[in-house]
Amino acid sequence: MTNLEKYNNAFIETFGVAEEQLESLLYQGVPEWDSIGHMQLIAALEDAFDIMFDTDDIIGFSSYEIGKTYLKKYEVEL
Amino acid sequence: MSFSLSEITGGNPYGLNKEERTKLLCSALSDLTKNHYEKSEHYRKITDAAGFDPYKAEAAGVSAIERLPMLPVRLFKEYELRSIPREEVVKTMTSSGTSGQAVSKIYLDKENVRNQTLVLSEIIGSLIGKKRLPMLILDTDLIKKDRAMFSARGAGIVGLSMFGREHLYVLDENMELKTAELEEYLKKHEGETILLFGFTFMIWQHIVAVLRERGVCLNIANGVLFHMGGWKKLQAQAVDSLTFNAAVREVMGNVSSYNYYGMVEQLGSIFFECEHGHMHCSIYSDVIIRRHRDFSAADIGEKGVVEVLSLLPTSYPGHILLTEDEGEILGEDDCPCGRLGKYFKIHGRIPGAEIRGCSDTYEKR
Repeated sequence: MTNLEKYNNAFIETFGVAEEQLESLLYQGVPEWDSIGHMQLIAALEDAFDIMFDTDDIIGFSSYEIGKTYLKKYEVEL
Repeated sequence: MSFSLSEITGGNPYGLNKEERTKLLCSALSDLTKNHYEKSEHYRKITDAAGFDPYKAEAAGVSAIERLPMLPVRLFKEYELRSIPREEVVKTMTSSGTSGQAVSKIYLDKENVRNQTLVLSEIIGSLIGKKRLPMLILDTDLIKKDRAMFSARGAGIVGLSMFGREHLYVLDENMELKTAELEEYLKKHEGETILLFGFTFMIWQHIVAVLRERGVCLNIANGVLFHMGGWKKLQAQAVDSLTFNAAVREVMGNVSSYNYYGMVEQLGSIFFECEHGHMHCSIYSDVIIRRHRDFSAADIGEKGVVEVLSLLPTSYPGHILLTEDEGEILGEDDCPCGRLGKYFKIHGRIPGAEIRGCSDTYEKR
């Protein structure tokens, strides 16, 4: 599985969304991506890539697209 | 609205002296008052009825925060108080006491949710740093499993959980301590600082009492415990915060306890108790004590009704609230812990006030 597939899967499995929805997906944009869902997503990404986000990055991670830039910070190439 | 939170974030949340703080609070709270006056019809009617017009007050040079109108918290149960269109609401926090009582409704938009998180992170970060720590949640996972039951208890746990990692809920569904898992977890994280979170009474009842009875100490080498809510039942057992802190150390080891005070109407800008047993206001909040007889502002050391002020509420007019708690200001800018700002003590609920607990609240969309 490529890193992009792993990244996408974390969203798809955590929020039960379709792949077509990902590009426009925002925090609080679907009922599942609330504060609880957010921590579940963070845990899923941390497990998938064996990284640990800083608190500030958890707060800043506000959309599918913005999240990609954070992964770069942790040296994960998508 | 000219005040923007981003002007003050990023520094020490306890770093402004009285003069700097007063200036900030006056301008920010006046701006918030004008914002809500313009955008919330209910708020405007209430302040008009109280004879307060923020523009006239400004023109007359009235800027003292003691003069700004306060809303009794129970108005949030009676009216739909919001300063944003309904379609911008992303989250409605509700709180209630025991069944049968009315429910407060707090309407949040994206910006307000984000600001709450940001400020909570600054306040907690000032105590534990920005690094996420292994975290024990002194509660049961059931809260998380059923989202329909998601309450302020759940919101408290989720809000704090982003400061931790590898979260372990230490109570099972029968509220029994998961002893084996807990031991294994502590062994795995030996030598690391452990973050702990829970609700005061639950910790007392389901953890402190149980470990005491077993005569066991968890021997945590370095821990930081945040706990909130539910002193009412403990006061009945004559347990105050210093007794609580000592008992926690007896059964858990080298753990510093920080009690905090906050309400669902002002999530984010919490007050917490320092190592000297004083509740502190940050630069994002303030407290005024009101005299029972005429609601004038009380002096330091004088008991009265607690008014809480927060710079966070933008989507609902909850920036200045009269609580149903009694308290007193202990001092300002001179706590031995070194934090600037007012520090105070909560004495409990005003006799006759409606019973309400933050552990008994729930959220719905």
